[in-house]
Amino acid sequence: MSTIVWQKVDQKVKETIPFIFTFILVLISIIPIRVPGYTEIAPVFPLISIYHWAIYRPTLLPLWAVFILGILYDLLSGVPLGLYILVFLSVYGIVVSQRRFIIGKSFFVYWLGYGIIALGAALESWFVASVWYASLLNFQSIFFQYLISFGIFPIVAWVSLRLQQAFFRQEPDAPGQ
Amino acid sequence: MEFRPSTLLRVAAPLRSLAQRFMYIGLIVLSFGLMLVGKMDVVLIDHLRAEVTNVAAPVLAALSRPASSISNGLENIRALMYLREENARLLEENTKLKQWVYVARRLQTENTALQNLLHSVADPKPKFVTARIIAGTMGSISNTFVINAGSENGVGKGQPVLSDKGFVGRIIAVSKNSARILLATDINSRIPVILESTRTRALMVGGNTERPRLIHLPPGAHITSSERIITSGHGGVFPPGLPVGLVASVNDVSVEVQLFTDYHLIEFVRIADFGVNGFVDLLSLKNKVGGSASKEK
Repeated sequence: MSTIVWQKVDQKVKETIPFIFTFILVLISIIPIRVPGYTEIAPVFPLISIYHWAIYRPTLLPLWAVFILGILYDLLSGVPLGLYILVFLSVYGIVVSQRRFIIGKSFFVYWLGYGIIALGAALESWFVASVWYASLLNFQSIFFQYLISFGIFPIVAWVSLRLQQAFFRQEPDAPGQ
Repeated sequence: MEFRPSTLLRVAAPLRSLAQRFMYIGLIVLSFGLMLVGKMDVVLIDHLRAEVTNVAAPVLAALSRPASSISNGLENIRALMYLREENARLLEENTKLKQWVYVARRLQTENTALQNLLHSVADPKPKFVTARIIAGTMGSISNTFVINAGSENGVGKGQPVLSDKGFVGRIIAVSKNSARILLATDINSRIPVILESTRTRALMVGGNTERPRLIHLPPGAHITSSERIITSGHGGVFPPGLPVGLVASVNDVSVEVQLFTDYHLIEFVRIADFGVNGFVDLLSLKNKVGGSASKEK
């Protein structure tokens, strides 16, 4: 009896790992690193993690979790509230609906898929923020931010894959939606 | 009643996906709604932001330390590479500064003597709080820093923030143990300034770019590049005379300012309490307006 209870507790705790990992990435995105030029182009790390879990285990990072991560990112980073909720949700929605094109393919496809999705996310954040401020914002730094996040993708994706292999190996892939 | 599992699944699965789709659309609509709320009720969102930041502040403070050790290490390597050039530059600067010390001493004595003669009222002496920057974003969308000092340390909304080099920004939201600084480069930043030598007034506005611009210059104002810019004290939000930056470029379209503070290199800032209280307290204003509105009802 108690073994079953503990197994359930263990399972529940494990299921929070993707969320906690993504939240840590939210914090890392806003930590100041005093390297000239870095802060303007500090990538939105949580986007990589959201992309990863949306492809491989969307049930472990459900919609409401993505929403909460968006709220936290918006509030902590100081951008208009709602901006990155929208970006995270749209990335999540698109990736979950298209995941069968990437799942089971090579790492390169997985990386390239991120490249396309993150460019869309960059354009979306630039467009929505420009509308919010009612002024055409400078796209250059958002584009560089995108390039950096594209370059840094393998590192964060590797950690995500390791986490997935370490904790969720036994589970079957969630059925395609 | 007997349901075969397959029948149940056939009904439940589409329902589930329908519910999920509704939830998805609902959350997207909600995020647009939140953006609208942010436009309409700035105070509410600022308050929420401050409280959430306050909860995350200890974690951010802990995380920012190793990050700053790393950047210190990188900075050390850079400094070692340019040691010789730096030394030569500093020696030259030191000679120049020694001359300035004599000038400054002479002017100070003269100034004190004249002030005594005229019974002039001295500018208020500020109280300073020094705090560490624990989080920050810069770029096209927002330019704010979070510091690990809040209302408990005497930090208040609207206070100017300085670095060792000059003006950094102003406090826009305060909670118990943390506060948020709006940098001078942010699109929401408006700072009344004057050009030090010509005493020309202007408003320095940020545009989420590296260099803020000067607007509302008087017609026919003559501006040359590398002129010093200081806060003017107009509007009563900032005290006069805080060093801000230099005129970086002048052309037909705009006058750009190069700030003295390098946002990439600061780790600690000083929050100055000059006792200047010209800042409109939106919350009390809102309560007053709300109060009178409810009275009318």
